[in-house]
Amino acid sequence: MRDGAPVRAQGAAVGQRGLLERSKAGRRAWSLPELDVPEVELPEVHRRSTEPGLPRVAEVDVIRHFTRLAQMNYGIDTGFYPLGSCSMKYNPKVAETVAALPGFQRLHPHQPEETIQGALELLWRLERALCELTGMARVTFQPPAGAGGELTGLLVMRAYHTKSSGGPRGKVIIPDSSHGTNPASVTAAGYRVVQVPSDSRGLVDLGQLERLVDEDVAGLMLTNPNTLGLFEVEIQGIAAALHRVGALLYYDGANLNAIMGRVRPGDMGFDIVHMNTHKTFATPHGGGGPGAGPVAVNARLERFLPAPVVAFDEDGGRYSWDHDRPDSIGHVHGFHGNFGVLVRAFAYVFGHGRDGLREVGERAVLNANYLASKVKGSYPLAFEGPPMHEFVSTAKPLRKHGVRAMDVAKRLIDLGFHPSTVYFPLVVEEAMMVEPTETETKETLDAFAEALLRVANEAAEDPNLLHEAPVTTPVRRLDEAKAARELKLRWSGQHGDGGGADAESVRTAADHPTI
Amino acid sequence: MQFAPHTEEDVREMLAACGLSSLDDLYAHLPEAVLLDRDLDIPAGLSEMELVAEMRRLAGLNRSADDLVCFAGGGAYDHYVPSLVWALTGQSELYTSYTPYQPELSQGVLQALFEYQSMICELTGLEVSNASLYDGPTALVEAVHMARSATRRDRVLVSGALDRRYVKTLRTYGGGPGYRPEVMEADGALTAIPRVGDDVAAVIVQYPNFFGALDRAREVFRAARAAGARAIQVFDPLSLGILPSPAELGADIAVAEGQVLGNHLSYGGPYLGVIAARSQDIRRMPGRIVGETTDVEGQRGYVLTLQAREQHIRRERATSNICTNQTLMAIAATVYLAWLGPDGLRELGRQCLAKARYAAESLAALSGCELVWPEAEVFKEFAVRPGRDAEEVQSRLIGMGFLAGPVLQEEAALLVSVTERRTRDEIDRFVKAFEEAIS
Repeated sequence: MRDGAPVRAQGAAVGQRGLLERSKAGRRAWSLPELDVPEVELPEVHRRSTEPGLPRVAEVDVIRHFTRLAQMNYGIDTGFYPLGSCSMKYNPKVAETVAALPGFQRLHPHQPEETIQGALELLWRLERALCELTGMARVTFQPPAGAGGELTGLLVMRAYHTKSSGGPRGKVIIPDSSHGTNPASVTAAGYRVVQVPSDSRGLVDLGQLERLVDEDVAGLMLTNPNTLGLFEVEIQGIAAALHRVGALLYYDGANLNAIMGRVRPGDMGFDIVHMNTHKTFATPHGGGGPGAGPVAVNARLERFLPAPVVAFDEDGGRYSWDHDRPDSIGHVHGFHGNFGVLVRAFAYVFGHGRDGLREVGERAVLNANYLASKVKGSYPLAFEGPPMHEFVSTAKPLRKHGVRAMDVAKRLIDLGFHPSTVYFPLVVEEAMMVEPTETETKETLDAFAEALLRVANEAAEDPNLLHEAPVTTPVRRLDEAKAARELKLRWSGQHGDGGGADAESVRTAADHPTI
Repeated sequence: MQFAPHTEEDVREMLAACGLSSLDDLYAHLPEAVLLDRDLDIPAGLSEMELVAEMRRLAGLNRSADDLVCFAGGGAYDHYVPSLVWALTGQSELYTSYTPYQPELSQGVLQALFEYQSMICELTGLEVSNASLYDGPTALVEAVHMARSATRRDRVLVSGALDRRYVKTLRTYGGGPGYRPEVMEADGALTAIPRVGDDVAAVIVQYPNFFGALDRAREVFRAARAAGARAIQVFDPLSLGILPSPAELGADIAVAEGQVLGNHLSYGGPYLGVIAARSQDIRRMPGRIVGETTDVEGQRGYVLTLQAREQHIRRERATSNICTNQTLMAIAATVYLAWLGPDGLRELGRQCLAKARYAAESLAALSGCELVWPEAEVFKEFAVRPGRDAEEVQSRLIGMGFLAGPVLQEEAALLVSVTERRTRDEIDRFVKAFEEAIS
């Protein structure tokens, strides 16, 4: 077996027991000191009447349980993880070491400024570096993830238009290939979504865009390279079309990894930029989070950023929080954002430095181009243009054997790899979106290419092998329709009247994008 | 530092396979006008040793809760984090994975989240939980969104004793859909029972509230529900071994700051947004939800479910824009709650309650110092008016090795929080330092 495939059978642990099933009256893991002050009785109205049904387990039960759960999971440290659009690169261990220093990990968010000068210096220097990387003027660190950054950027856009043209305007344009968070954020910011189609090259259709742009458009959200992994070569025309009517250009930083040190969003005409530290700066994805989504803006938008922002008094050499921001949109996080994640991002940015960051981008693009060149014979590229850090292929040629992109993905699991993103972007049939990232060796890419080509042959010769995959994992294909129909969302199975899902929620794995 | 593993020979061979001769060729199709024609103005890279030294220097400029005895609260608390929590949560296979899009490779994260959801339901007495949101205040924003969508009403009433950070965050996000939270009348440290009109979507009470007091949640929620509004509670997960659950108090939706569940202080994040609701709102829940099912062989397994609510399917009609959430923090919470169990949770609550009361009574006995609301029943924190500038008192306390706060400007007071971690000796020394600080 190759690197990475989770082991299917390890004795009795198959059919993993739940925590509650390990519970036994009288067992305990916790220990607390004896109460050393007088006991307090609360009046009955403030007393809980029933005990919460938490498990009673020994510490060793907890250890075995979660160790076993980890064994049933696949991370970057396990093996290749080419999940397109997610930049699943190696997460440096040194970033963990430094983030665990008590001087960062044990800071209370309400500490006065004189006790957190190191934290503020870190944020100030990270801000300067991110401004340089993006060509922007100022940064807010409050947004806790990419989607939070999008919404923050859109609220800044709203504030800008409200202030400069007397109203927020009504619409935001997004490409049809965009990530789902873009339209969802547009709605949450109180705007209407207008979709611009991709042209035959997979790029924003500039002619269509020019027809859609009017004085009610607040802005356009765009990734560049775009969600198809292609560079929007007409970006200057796109920027001009928006700016002509006073609209703003929003850079979704999902794909920033491709262009670090080569191209800056600000130089392309973007006004607002969010970054995903868990993508570009290798902070761990944590099974689905935490991330951090710093938002950078140009000089004319900086007064609208969430408050406070970091300030530095060069004369006194002292850092502080600047709360005096009358035009600020307010607060988008309870405190100052995911500081612990930002410490890791700082370590990544300053550990790499100017040349290292450029190399990251170059190697990411090299890896994607190399892998694409090896597999495009069997999995044609959805669009002709040269890929940047990722590429979108289609498994459409395998359809004649009754095989779909998801079948390819499941078979790859048996061959020891995490699959690519599938069924996204929505504009490509049988899409397979592959992002190898810069931290993979040529040998890994060769092995993955070989596996993909093998699967294409198997699809013709023995498609059942694909339909039945995976067979090496702790569980095999799962019944998603049943999960949505019978709704068991907690261990007691008591979920009131939650049964009976609507038709749309019982779409199966075969239909929805894995992103 | 450099983690790209390419040798020079690799680069040459790979370029050749693509029909290219230099790395510049990878960018040759980009418009020249947008290419950066200089080096980034960022310092040169560092070796790992140099980086660690620099990070130690920065960390050393801070004073942490390791060298100040922490009596600070206001939404983040110095509870003890047992050793096993991060030893288990930090395991590579969990730590370096992403959203479980391929369930067969992700049963570890999925089962842990299923257990997290189960525990949150057990704690709150409510029927459904999601798999995490960002933090307490943004979870409240999502709860209000659910309430507005469920009731098709606009107005949002918040208690005057709700943590102000929650109100500010709500005000910011309300700017999109166009609502503004209205602050209800206060009655001392508690919320006065409001008149709730039939245009009110949500009534929000924090229990224990911002001032640590056990608020009149039952009565306010009864009024809210009688008027057809959603009753939303901001709760403290670690109070639920002894205090009534949100369900018992009559909440429809409950949200919390989950930092207290095994997560580090970390200067305010990453924390954990907890949300639970009655099943009537299940299809309005934001974010990921894990469900149990079976595989083709009938074996039990877990998947992301009800995805038709979510942005990657529903796009502009999604219940929320959230994608990346705080899964890792939810896993830490699950490990922590497994460690505590129902008995540990009850004992922890009992200790917070007793220690806070002991500290409050000791401070109240100092001359010139008074509790802002002496009649309030409190759980683990309280507001104290030191009789002189609160900021100055806070600063003097730091000089003596104690952290208290935040400062409450309006009340000219200081919040003091006492967790299970504080010993009688530490409390006694803190009270002594306080006496000195106000003299």
